Amino acid sequence: MKEHIFPAVKLTLICLIFFSGIYTAVILGIAQFAPNNGKGEIITHNGKIFYANIAQNFSDDKYFSSRPSACGYNAAGSGGSNKGPSNPDYLAEVQGRIDTFMVHNPGIDKSQIPSDLVTASGAGLDPDISVQSANVQVKRIARIRGIAEGNIQQLVLSNTEKPLLGLFGTEKINVLKLNIELDNLK
Amino acid sequence: MNTEILGVVLMYGLVVALAIPLGRYIGKVFSNEKTWLDKVFNPLDKLFYKLSGIDPSKEMNWKQHLLALLTINMFWFLICMFVLMDMGWLPLNPDGNPSMSPDLAFNTSVSFVTNTNLQHYSGETGLSYLGQLILMLWQFISAGTGIAICAVVFMAMKEKTTDKLGNFYNFFVRSSTRILFPLASVVALILAFNGSPMTFEGKDTMITMQGDTVQVSRGPVAAFVAIKQLGTNGGGFYGPNSAHPLENPDYLTNIVETVSIFLIPIAMIFAMGFVLKRKKLAWTIFGVMTIGFLCLVVPSVYYEMNGNPAISKMGIMQNMGSMEGKEVRFGSAASAYWAINTTVTSNGSVNAMHDSMTPLTGMFAMLGMMINSFYGGVGVGFLNFYIFIILAVFISGLMVGRTPEFLGKKIEAKEMKIAMIIALLHPFLILVSTALSSHLYAQNPTEYAGWLANPGNHGFSEMLYEFTSSSANNGSGFEGLGDNTPFWNIACGLVMLLARFLPIIGPVAIAGILASKKYIPESAGTLKTDTGTFGLMVFAVIFIVAALAFLPALTLGPIAEYFSLY
Repeated sequence: MKEHIFPAVKLTLICLIFFSGIYTAVILGIAQFAPNNGKGEIITHNGKIFYANIAQNFSDDKYFSSRPSACGYNAAGSGGSNKGPSNPDYLAEVQGRIDTFMVHNPGIDKSQIPSDLVTASGAGLDPDISVQSANVQVKRIARIRGIAEGNIQQLVLSNTEKPLLGLFGTEKINVLKLNIELDNLK
Repeated sequence: MNTEILGVVLMYGLVVALAIPLGRYIGKVFSNEKTWLDKVFNPLDKLFYKLSGIDPSKEMNWKQHLLALLTINMFWFLICMFVLMDMGWLPLNPDGNPSMSPDLAFNTSVSFVTNTNLQHYSGETGLSYLGQLILMLWQFISAGTGIAICAVVFMAMKEKTTDKLGNFYNFFVRSSTRILFPLASVVALILAFNGSPMTFEGKDTMITMQGDTVQVSRGPVAAFVAIKQLGTNGGGFYGPNSAHPLENPDYLTNIVETVSIFLIPIAMIFAMGFVLKRKKLAWTIFGVMTIGFLCLVVPSVYYEMNGNPAISKMGIMQNMGSMEGKEVRFGSAASAYWAINTTVTSNGSVNAMHDSMTPLTGMFAMLGMMINSFYGGVGVGFLNFYIFIILAVFISGLMVGRTPEFLGKKIEAKEMKIAMIIALLHPFLILVSTALSSHLYAQNPTEYAGWLANPGNHGFSEMLYEFTSSSANNGSGFEGLGDNTPFWNIACGLVMLLARFLPIIGPVAIAGILASKKYIPESAGTLKTDTGTFGLMVFAVIFIVAALAFLPALTLGPIAEYFSLY
């Protein structure tokens, strides 16, 4: 045992310097060339700075709403609901969200509401919604803003991000980018 | 074809295509053969040895290897305890996060030193940047430990009769610098250039479009996440791990992170083939593991893509699948695929909340951890599989009336006893500790009401999952469990300790004993271990020993929940 203690202590210190220090410094150095110097992607709009990948709360009916958040859309923390699929309280909560959506979106049939719009994401900060989730909100937004549905539909289409290389993964729409363009649409 | 399924197929194809050449490279690293990275790493390794006073050419027997491993791990535990309990006043703490309580620090230190990365804290509020950097060190060196000790077993599986099995520090340093460090650097840079933060600035304040003021946690995320994925560690920078949009910003990073989970575990199998010059054996083992993995992953993807039947009944559209706890940018197929990747390999990172998945996906995730060797953790996954091979050799030897031999070495009573103890340890730890926690909860549901986020069978699954994850050194969780209490911190800590070191000691002891035995050349009477028939035998042993032991517990949890929903 004794013969191993000093090598162990010294080897650990060297590993600490190399893996926590040098490795981190190298990555940090090269990351300075990444978008926004490696501090996360941002979007500037009307002098305000937004993080492109962090969901915002759009409770106002004139905006496309984000998915429900279990952490109140505050990226100081993060987290999912961790509710199991058979939990009665959870199912009642989802039912509540569906009912609320129906009230705010008259003329929409229940079968048109996609599940991602009434379920909370894993981190509570999901910046995206599915294409169907955007489409189902078009009617409401057109009515409130007094813009033709076709124009908003067009906006949804142009903001749809295709799967990677058109082949892999999901289609999605970044809610923040969509809402910024919506505000620009006069 | 569905683009979500295509994405999953791509991720599997990519990892196998990369793992084969990487396995050849790892084989060269273990055998001290020349590689194209020598120009950089020969001087670096020499510096490591010189400064720490280690002679890398000094050969050790299996007992000396274990002693070296245990000594250095004990020291790591002590440093980790110190930093976690004092990081409040130590430097690199821009957000002013507090130090950990002793029981939480114990749990976290054990968790990271044992390569488990079970997290009873949330990174944004529970750690300073110094804490994160220290934990990142264990993510490198606990993975390096696993790979190094696996190399020792490879050396012991060679034909010659010897008790000299290389130098532990040599394997450890080479695994960490030549395998983990270059891979982690590449992955970290891909993440940093695709939106993961890499900064030492603290939280940023942002005013949203609607005028709400929120904060955004940042930090040296990219560097941390790379090694967390590659070293089958799994401890996330942020609380929800790779579901967090800064930890895993888009589908491309998701592919890179998912591939990183399987890369080294699969490469280790091929590395064994190259070191021992037994490629057919490597392919047999890979085949068994792959079939096992597919049995778990295919139904999981199916159930997640089909959604939650209770939500279908509400009459809404569910063509994205079961989306509670999942991210739109990954979709349900890639989330279910990740869930099984991370549980069969003892990684434990998540990109969706396992607690909210449909019951059978939760069960397959648990089964992956209960078996814990379909690819398995870096290095240690192979060690677990080695135990199953020894059992299968013995049982098939008895069935056909031949002396049980593995790679020309006779397997006798002593080795079998060790193998049985190790094979039974895992079910013992999981079932006894789950029984204990269930008993406590049932005796006093009001006092322990904070434990469970979900009622009924799912609540039981939360406890079962937590101990399964601890014993498999996995680290994922049904995170609804209120686990930052002295009971869970200490109980899980003890389970992780026993479940890490005994399953290292056992296989190394068996391999060491076998290595010192006389080599018996292959004859007509030898049971061949690189055939499909033997592969089937190993599969049967795994099914009987590992899976059936857990069936009663799984019936009370996910299976009962399944029948209540469908």
